[in-house]
Amino acid sequence: MIQLRHIERVFMVGEEEVHALRDVSITAEAGEYIAIMGPSGSGKSSLLNILGLLDRPDSGAYELDGTLVSNLDEKQQAAIRMHKIGFVFQFFHLVPRLSAFDNVALPLVLSGVKPDERQTRVSTALAAFGLGNRARHRPDQLSGGQRQRVAIARATIMQPSVILADEPTGNLDRSSGIEVAEILEELNHQGMTLIMVTHDPDMGKRSRRQILMVDGRVEGGKGEDRSP
Amino acid sequence: MLPFDFFRYTLKSVTAQRLRSLLTATGIAIGIGAVVLLTSLGEGLQQFVLAEFTQFGTNLISVNPGKVTTHGISGALISNVRPLTIEDARILKNIPQIIDTVSVVQGNAAIESGGRQRRTTIYGVDASAARVWRFEVAAGRFLPDDPPRAARSFVVLGSKVRRELFGSSQALGARVRIGGELFRVLGTMESKGQMLGFDLDDSVYIPTGKAMALFNRDSLMEINLLHSAGSSSTTVAEQVKKVLVARHGSEDFSITTQEKMLEVLGGVLDTLTFAVGAIGGISLLVGGVGILTIMSIAVNERTGEIGLLRAMGVERNQILALFLGEAVVLAAIGGLAGLGLGVGGSWLCSLLIPALPAHTSWSYAAAAELLAVVVGLLAGVLPARRAAALHPVEALRAE
Repeated sequence: MIQLRHIERVFMVGEEEVHALRDVSITAEAGEYIAIMGPSGSGKSSLLNILGLLDRPDSGAYELDGTLVSNLDEKQQAAIRMHKIGFVFQFFHLVPRLSAFDNVALPLVLSGVKPDERQTRVSTALAAFGLGNRARHRPDQLSGGQRQRVAIARATIMQPSVILADEPTGNLDRSSGIEVAEILEELNHQGMTLIMVTHDPDMGKRSRRQILMVDGRVEGGKGEDRSP
Repeated sequence: MLPFDFFRYTLKSVTAQRLRSLLTATGIAIGIGAVVLLTSLGEGLQQFVLAEFTQFGTNLISVNPGKVTTHGISGALISNVRPLTIEDARILKNIPQIIDTVSVVQGNAAIESGGRQRRTTIYGVDASAARVWRFEVAAGRFLPDDPPRAARSFVVLGSKVRRELFGSSQALGARVRIGGELFRVLGTMESKGQMLGFDLDDSVYIPTGKAMALFNRDSLMEINLLHSAGSSSTTVAEQVKKVLVARHGSEDFSITTQEKMLEVLGGVLDTLTFAVGAIGGISLLVGGVGILTIMSIAVNERTGEIGLLRAMGVERNQILALFLGEAVVLAAIGGLAGLGLGVGGSWLCSLLIPALPAHTSWSYAAAAELLAVVVGLLAGVLPARRAAALHPVEALRAE
């Protein structure tokens, strides 16, 4: 369960103040599937960064699974990112020198999981994402769709409660994009909260709820279908 | 992150850019190699020089005419210098700590036997020379203890002279002609080898008085003193000085103790050590700058990766540690290569120059490797701090 209350975020661009987020309040129940939409510069990414604890709001409160995470220090926030949040990026952000297996294993490595446990968990995940025979391949030996599947496997290997996806299909062709969307939706079915930033209306339509951002404000209401 | 995984991750980052890492590590390798080679040879060189200078025995003091240190020119050029005489040597022998003295006159002359002739170094010495200089007689005996003014015409041949003049035939008792005078061969010496380029085997020994006559001198070129092992060379040198000043009226001679000689040589070696050390230090510095450069480039190239790691819950100081670790791994690889280079180089040196014992002590090797790691750490600090200071959002946007 996610609760954002009166979030404000202001950037200084040169001399000018830019209000990236103005009084944003959002509640997302556990297991929801939300698409954040809106024109570029509307604050979608800023909102996602706040949700992912990559950035701090200038004011307002953020509660994740009953914890007021906006008040935690950096160390504690890092721990939340590690265990509760999985990120999926438009440009995959795979480590180029590591194999698909090692990329998926990275969160386990960073959190100190023992090698033999890693082995079983990563193998299972790769098999589940149809990448069983690609484990030893490096990212540059994989197709775009395969790369994003590796990235999703990595984002979910820690069993997070929330998946934050920033234009996950933005860099893929149509069929790979649909494939990736289906995988994310399957994970959502399994109970992970899925929040996706997109400006692709077709992708937005797939979600059960859209939030439209305009000029740093939330325009859409709960459950309303605002897609054109 | 488990320590093993940390190591694997940094090592993988280094090996992913094989050529670049290799070139960067080379800088450190050359520095460490130079330092290791230097310390290996330095110790060997010290031992070598010490052995060269103590092969004539220890506890030696030499007295030469003229005070080099006051004039800067040889005393022989200054007319008011009183020459050293056999009488001086005889008086010096009365100092209780002095066991023996050798009055030395040296020159070059032709030595002739049968049809064969050879120009060689002639040493005019006392009977005590073999004892004081630790020369071993191979056959016959050394010069007899004749009174200096009435020495008989005996000669003792160095091994090379004996071989050149007599070959396999009997030398003992033969007559040889040196500078027109006849000498009887009383003994031949064991091979002694070279000392700093002087072939000691290509020399002959005749009584001091005979040599003075031969070279038309009325004074000695040097007096060697052997003092007892228990006495300090400085106090003995003081006494020698007092006695000679009393006889000559002023200090118109130079006293060199063996310790002084070794000190001077030690000074030369220290300078050499310092010079090579400086070269090693400079290449370490250059190597460090190389690591700094490469790590800065790596941080730029991998900004997206840093953002990703932060997003996955890696803290700032862990990012710092990762990049520091990478710099250290780079430097440590260079250091190990440098150790190989240094040890191999000194091994090669000792192979080419057998007299020069090269010896790498493990403590120096460990210290050198530690030095490499420290250089890596220092070079890594700036880039690693920059990596740690990146804002995750900015870093993720970089790709």
